Amino acid sequence: MPQNETIQDLNLDEYKYDFVTKSEPKFRAEKGLSEDVVRQISQHKDEPQWMLDFRLKALEVYESKPMPKWGGDLDGLEGVLDEIYFYVRPQDQMERSWDDVPDEIKDTFEKLGIPEAERKILAGVGAQYESEMVYHSLRKEWEDAGVIFDSIEDGLKNHPELFREYFGTVIPTGDNKFSAMNSAVWSGGSFVYIPKDVSLDTPLQAYFRVNQERMGQFERTLIIVDEGAQAHYIEGCTAPVYSTESFHSGVIEIIVKKNARFRYTTIQNWSNNMYNLVTQRAIVEEGGHMEWLDGNLGSKLTMKYPSCYLMGPHAHGEILSIAYSGDGQHQDTGGKVIHAAPYTTSSIVSKSISKGHGRSTYRGLCKVYEGAHHSRSNVECDALLIDETSRTDTYPYIEIEEDDASIGHEASVSKIGEEQLFYLMSRGISEVEAMAMIVRGFIEPIAKELPLEYAVELNRLIELEMEGSVG
Amino acid sequence: MSDAPILRIQGLEVQVAEEDLPILKGVDLEINSGEIHAIMGPNGSGKSTLAKALAGHPGYEVTSGSVEFRGEDLLELETDERSLAGVFLAFQYPVEIPGVSIANFLRTAVQAHLPEGEELDIFDYSDQLIERMTMLDMDVAFAERHVNDGFSGGEKKRNEILQMAMLRPKLALMDETDSGLDIDALKIVAEGVNKLKAEDPEMSVLLITHYQRLLDYIKPDHVHVMVDGRIVQSGGPEVALELEADGYKVFEDAAAETARA
Ligand SMILES: Nc1ncnc2c1ncn2[C@@H]1O[C@H](COP(=O)(O)OP(=O)(O)OP(=O)(O)O)[C@@H](O)[C@H]1O
Ligand SMILES: [Mg+2]
Repeated sequence: MPQNETIQDLNLDEYKYDFVTKSEPKFRAEKGLSEDVVRQISQHKDEPQWMLDFRLKALEVYESKPMPKWGGDLDGLEGVLDEIYFYVRPQDQMERSWDDVPDEIKDTFEKLGIPEAERKILAGVGAQYESEMVYHSLRKEWEDAGVIFDSIEDGLKNHPELFREYFGTVIPTGDNKFSAMNSAVWSGGSFVYIPKDVSLDTPLQAYFRVNQERMGQFERTLIIVDEGAQAHYIEGCTAPVYSTESFHSGVIEIIVKKNARFRYTTIQNWSNNMYNLVTQRAIVEEGGHMEWLDGNLGSKLTMKYPSCYLMGPHAHGEILSIAYSGDGQHQDTGGKVIHAAPYTTSSIVSKSISKGHGRSTYRGLCKVYEGAHHSRSNVECDALLIDETSRTDTYPYIEIEEDDASIGHEASVSKIGEEQLFYLMSRGISEVEAMAMIVRGFIEPIAKELPLEYAVELNRLIELEMEGSVG
Repeated sequence: MSDAPILRIQGLEVQVAEEDLPILKGVDLEINSGEIHAIMGPNGSGKSTLAKALAGHPGYEVTSGSVEFRGEDLLELETDERSLAGVFLAFQYPVEIPGVSIANFLRTAVQAHLPEGEELDIFDYSDQLIERMTMLDMDVAFAERHVNDGFSGGEKKRNEILQMAMLRPKLALMDETDSGLDIDALKIVAEGVNKLKAEDPEMSVLLITHYQRLLDYIKPDHVHVMVDGRIVQSGGPEVALELEADGYKVFEDAAAETARA
């Protein structure tokens, strides 16, 4: 069983991504957010005027919007933002071969297993370090098929029309305070185009690494899946553990055209000093099929609600999410589905596990516009509490303007039961293993959708966390 | 069959933990290696409590008495250690573990029963699982189902015996395994137990049941009657037949008498 081997190979110590690479950045903007910083970013990227204007406008919008009062505790955030670096340029250009990536940075990604995964199972890989993509590559066969998988900066440079047609159309600058911030200071992220009827049989992966202390990362990703095309994109994120807070705020825009299928998988395993406030949204046209698979394991606070706007008849949107909240963590996650056309279908399945003083919140919206007749949506959220001190809340919002729509909602909260533990232990299984087994079983419906190495990683994490919970 | 006691229960008193609610009020029972015993008794008399206390359920607290298992103090052992020592409880109400397949669950359990440092051979394990499932007339695809999740009453019971067949205990406590099984299933399960017994004549069995029918298939050496937390009568197989004819009334009256005194 390869799965078992991998689990044993892994070092079962603490958070295994807690290592720092010594590398001197090529450039670092001053601390905090200002017009100066925004101009410097734009200048370093050698951007057209319209983009600089776009950024400056976004900065105004950001400054005009108050901090959200809902969701997680953002009280300390203002102070944190004054102390972080919004732009750190690790190297001057992006490379297409790992050999050209500076050794220190390459080593980091080696440790994270990225080049190896690339050789084995991926169609293409992008790697972001601090504020910039340092590496991007795509298998030749897909390049020949017309697939574009580039850094967002190169997308803007090399495909200006396509870029401008879609950029900022799915998530407008003023959508929320953090989408405005991202629009002002975005840096790094991917630009993806899958041509008509092209089906990628292996995933594209982007890996985001924050290395230095007090860092802010603001990647921006734009993905266009043309008619009848199919692809899967995976995003992974980690950072070392620092005593000060760091900040990550991405904007992910996706367009799924007629009859196209797309899946976006995130395994967010930021260190527990990270604020992670991400806006991700997909527009799904007629007959299109969009899936968000969202795993939130790390961070101090995550606020993230992947959305599907179902704009054409028979469009389908799916959001599967797992959140794990340990001590000092709050995962405020969920999903949004907007039915704006008839015969659209959606489903949200959300599972959370809270342990110690961890807190998980499900926040979701299902909206059906008038005229979206024969729409169906189903929402299921299940929370598992490991001990008495952990907490979970559910905020499901449902807005229906159409009589001919069917919406289902189910929510459950459970605790690891004494009877379940007794049953497993009465078969000779230790308490730690029994707990891990129950938790793994709880998330199984979602874990089985994950690529193998992520499923293994998830299991390993759970095993580790359970060890700490048996008193 | 030898005469060495595998299980010796003396003066066992058990209460619901944290509730001060006494349920077993002094149980004495000895089972020799290789023997089959049956316990019968009215609803609520404490039969399952005895079985669960022996398996180490944390919700039941032993307030007095002792239990020796193969010369060891059983009460000193944790739940999982009791299983590793050779005690198996087939549950009256098996518990659902959603998302965990029978195959995976049993693999973990069988692995736990191997000596320290020994790795389970996955092929041997699969062969064994298929053989045991076939013995119990179970579809092999059933191993992919999640433990007891959505099982019918009979499927749950059969799954308990599958686990027992995989773990090969020294002492099997079977709590109303017969209830919920249809006539054919009862026969298959009973034959399975007899087969395990034939493979290991040292295995002892404590059957908890309400019906003589099971005892037609698995022949007990001794039958005990439990009323209100005590064993009030012990004898041979004929005790079960008498109960079938007369019910528990005379024992219950006697117990009420004792309680009043
Ligand atoms: N956890 C508990 N909390 C409160 N009462 C309990 C608990 N467990 C058992 N009891 C009580 O103890 C008594 C004995 O229960 P037990 O399940 O052992 O009976 P039983 O002999 O197995 O009955 P049956 O034949 O119906 O299975 C019952 O009155 C039951 O209600
Ligand atoms: Mg009972």
